[in-house]
Amino acid sequence: MPEEVTTAKLDAAGEPLVDIRDLRKSYGGIEAVKGVSLTVMRGDAQFIIGPSGCGKSTFLRCLNLLEEPSGGSLRIGSTTIDFEKGRPLSMREQARFRSDVGMVFQQFHLFPHMTALQNVMEGPVTVRRMPRKEAAEWAAGLLAKVGLSDKRDMMPRQLSGGQAQRVAIARALAMSPSVLLLDEVTSALDPELVGEVLGVVRQLTEEGMTMIVVTHEMAFAHEVAHSVAFMDEGRIVESGPPSAVLDHPKSSRLQAFLRRFRQK
Amino acid sequence: MIYTWDFSLVFTRPDEWLRGAVVTLIYAAATIGIGLLLGLVCGMAMLSRHRMLMSPIHAYVQFFRSTPLLIQIVWFYYALPVVIGVNLPAWLAAGLGLTLYMGAFSAEIFRGGIVSIDKGQWQAARALGMLPSQMMRRIILPQAARRMLPPFVNQSILQLKNTSLLSVVAVPDLMYTGSVIVSETFRPLEVYTSLAFVYFIIIFPLQRLAKVLERREDA
Repeated sequence: MPEEVTTAKLDAAGEPLVDIRDLRKSYGGIEAVKGVSLTVMRGDAQFIIGPSGCGKSTFLRCLNLLEEPSGGSLRIGSTTIDFEKGRPLSMREQARFRSDVGMVFQQFHLFPHMTALQNVMEGPVTVRRMPRKEAAEWAAGLLAKVGLSDKRDMMPRQLSGGQAQRVAIARALAMSPSVLLLDEVTSALDPELVGEVLGVVRQLTEEGMTMIVVTHEMAFAHEVAHSVAFMDEGRIVESGPPSAVLDHPKSSRLQAFLRRFRQK
Repeated sequence: MIYTWDFSLVFTRPDEWLRGAVVTLIYAAATIGIGLLLGLVCGMAMLSRHRMLMSPIHAYVQFFRSTPLLIQIVWFYYALPVVIGVNLPAWLAAGLGLTLYMGAFSAEIFRGGIVSIDKGQWQAARALGMLPSQMMRRIILPQAARRMLPPFVNQSILQLKNTSLLSVVAVPDLMYTGSVIVSETFRPLEVYTSLAFVYFIIIFPLQRLAKVLERREDA
């Protein structure tokens, strides 16, 4: 079919890896995400900033279907989900979609009954049916990558917040996801532990991992983001390269937001 | 008041005592075992999103938790045969009441244990792409099991003691054996005191086990 050929050509010509159109999410009568469109190129780090309650976390959770969007469409790689029409996805289809989208949470959510290594192995073994031996080697490599080779046999409660979050990042990477979603990954950490986690995130951007990052770390966003979007009241108000959005904000709401931030 | 204690008559029938103890233990083991399975199924069903579909199960659990076991046993013995028009043997009718009672309480322990697991655990498992059955088996149940173990041991101890209620429908358990011996010896104080000790000897090790399990949970 000619359409397929066109798609292939577009992909080769640098079509975005992530294409979100008019995504909406409402709870009861309240709309938390009011039609957000966003594209992310392969290898880019897309940052999202905004005041708490602006819908940025809800938006992020919609992208791996932890929240079911109420409308719009979402494409990651070659998989498109249209939330307007068509039947709802089956459990199996949702699970398959999520397995390709990594997520790291503010509160880590490591599995407390497993060691660091087992946490990282769990996805490949249970979801991908990777043989345990192979998964253990793969997981050990990822723990080395986040600088925790010596902690592989520790239980989560024996780890510091920064270490736990790095294990959580390794756990998400173990599925070799197309996109990594980071939801305020340093907000629950003591200030002196923030740096080690940001260091890992920086390293991932340098390696070309496609990421969508919700954060309050403005200096970090300025340094590593390819693009920054400012969300307020469920919408993207302003977006562009960090130097434009963070240094020369156009909208008064973003100006006020950044001013408040500098005062802190 | 002067009462001369005389335990000599109490244990003249060791075979009776032994049979009573065996009956008690068999009833306890069987009703705990089957009750746990029933509780697992019902506890899972109570977590289902189809609440309407599961309302009979909620009703069963609520009802059996909110009525005295003695009434349940007597009801299953006398009333059930009338209702269903089939004569159940006494041992089965009485055991049914005990089993459903254990099932109702363990359903609540299962349900409570599972909902006590932090929502973040579900989210993290889901984010890896796990199916609901995989999340349950790999992430939720292993954590919930540790929390459920102490209440299960406690409930089992209660269940073991509750088998003494079977004596009202003439199941020859320890309690029934005791009352038979009372009627033969006219030594109720000695017999019931001894009976209490026999239950204690059976249950005390279980109490210790529960304590050990609780301590391990804290660690």
